[in-house]
Amino acid sequence: MERIAIVGVGQTKHEARKIQDSFADMVYEAVKMALEDAGMGVNQVDNVITTSNDFWDGRTISSMATGDVSGARGKNVSCVEGDGTFGAFYGMTRILSGSYGTTLVTAYSKGSESESPMITNAAFDPIYMRCLGLDLVTACALQARRYMKRYGITEEQMAMISVKNHLNALSNPNAHLGLKITVDDVMKSRKVSDPLKLLDCSPVSDGAACIILANEERARKITDKPVWVKGVSFCADAYLLGDRDLAECKALEKAARKAYGMAGIRDPRREIDVAEVYDAFTYQESMWTEGLGFCGPGEGGKLAVSGATAKGGDIPVNPSGGLLGAHPVIAGGLIRMVEAVRQIRGQAGAMQVKDNVKIALAHGVNGVCGQSHCVWLLGRNPN
Amino acid sequence: MHEFWRNVEPIIYEGRIKVPYSWQAGETATYFLTRLRDEQKIVGKKCPKCRKVLVPPRKNCPFCFVHTDAWVELSGEGEVETFTIVRRGTRIQPRKTPFAYAVIRLDGADTRFVHVLGEVELGKIKEGMRVKPVFAQERKGSPLDIAYFKPVG
Repeated sequence: MERIAIVGVGQTKHEARKIQDSFADMVYEAVKMALEDAGMGVNQVDNVITTSNDFWDGRTISSMATGDVSGARGKNVSCVEGDGTFGAFYGMTRILSGSYGTTLVTAYSKGSESESPMITNAAFDPIYMRCLGLDLVTACALQARRYMKRYGITEEQMAMISVKNHLNALSNPNAHLGLKITVDDVMKSRKVSDPLKLLDCSPVSDGAACIILANEERARKITDKPVWVKGVSFCADAYLLGDRDLAECKALEKAARKAYGMAGIRDPRREIDVAEVYDAFTYQESMWTEGLGFCGPGEGGKLAVSGATAKGGDIPVNPSGGLLGAHPVIAGGLIRMVEAVRQIRGQAGAMQVKDNVKIALAHGVNGVCGQSHCVWLLGRNPN
Repeated sequence: MHEFWRNVEPIIYEGRIKVPYSWQAGETATYFLTRLRDEQKIVGKKCPKCRKVLVPPRKNCPFCFVHTDAWVELSGEGEVETFTIVRRGTRIQPRKTPFAYAVIRLDGADTRFVHVLGEVELGKIKEGMRVKPVFAQERKGSPLDIAYFKPVG
């Protein structure tokens, strides 16, 4: 594959409710930051991908409504409906097509402006499933129990992930929900849909993120600190919950294998310096660390308790606090990429896991119960 | 702007989107839902290639990418693969909280069926529990024509 780099990143502060900024204002802020970060003018952006969801935004073709603030006027703009990591993938392939030297990718959500249960219920099939009233939380609760029962994973082990990520979020100036809490606090938090308790669930946030991708020639002209795409892959599983064994994440395993192959990674736990994964719920971080091969099947709980995934551990996971720290739905995965880039550049401040991060992983999910996964391996060196 | 913003009540625009959709269930789901409504029977459809019985039935096998062909009638009984007890109410749930959702492996089906559990003590639900459907008195050709699944015996 031709070399592709990330040359600029930006994100807003993620909050429970942004009142002063409309959602377009919010996207503009992230785009402006990414352009300044890259030292680029908007005229150097060759094409634009917005990532959005019309149901969350409450408007038709919401990509067009955020085109102006994404610098798309007079350019080719397209939209990905899904997670920001999938938008970034499409943005990258547009450069690989040879048609463009740079792509600007945005993703955003204002979760505060609608009702998550109603929006996520609409993700289910209207003929067979929707009338049951399932939403993201209740469906994921079914998955959490299935996964935990299959592998003997305990609620206390999952609570450790809540403690870790909320603590990490305290050192993230953009996070929405930094908390210093104990396992006991998590265990005693309000039951939502068991085994999920309030502190096992990510908040719904308002926020936006932006990244700028470039081919090698343009990247080297734009910046002296490009972050290179070493490997990337995405893979989807079946749509209906009943067509999958919810205890497994085969789509993630497949995406990870492919991305590792591209990046030449054989031992992910040893070779990856830091991972930002899509922890919409505590159990998901545990499942995804297994799917990514940081530990064996069913060992995600033990991995979390061992301290290996803490900021000072051998495979730090979500030093930013992850989605448990802030979850502006559609932007969730793109924020993971922004954080991975900052780690590689040594710009992660109090979140920095070590001085010399060579390889960082960023992961996004689209669909209910991890239906599809996108895995990015980003690195300091192009080779 | 700063001064202005500090002293003003932010303006909120309340959305009015309420678009009526009329989704065609199509022949496969219509057959399934008609059998539920008229005969209180759960039927699946079999893939000629992988021989899997799909419930709810699909016109095309999601695993083999071919048309399914034969209809298979199920007893309706099955066992709970996993479940959750819902505590937080929303306005889209079909029952008042607390209640339980379950992923059920129906006898004779190769995919799992998601539904609600009823007539059950919530604290006593277990994986592997045998359940059977209880049909609604008034049936409309909806998955909710099965009111809920309850423990067998």
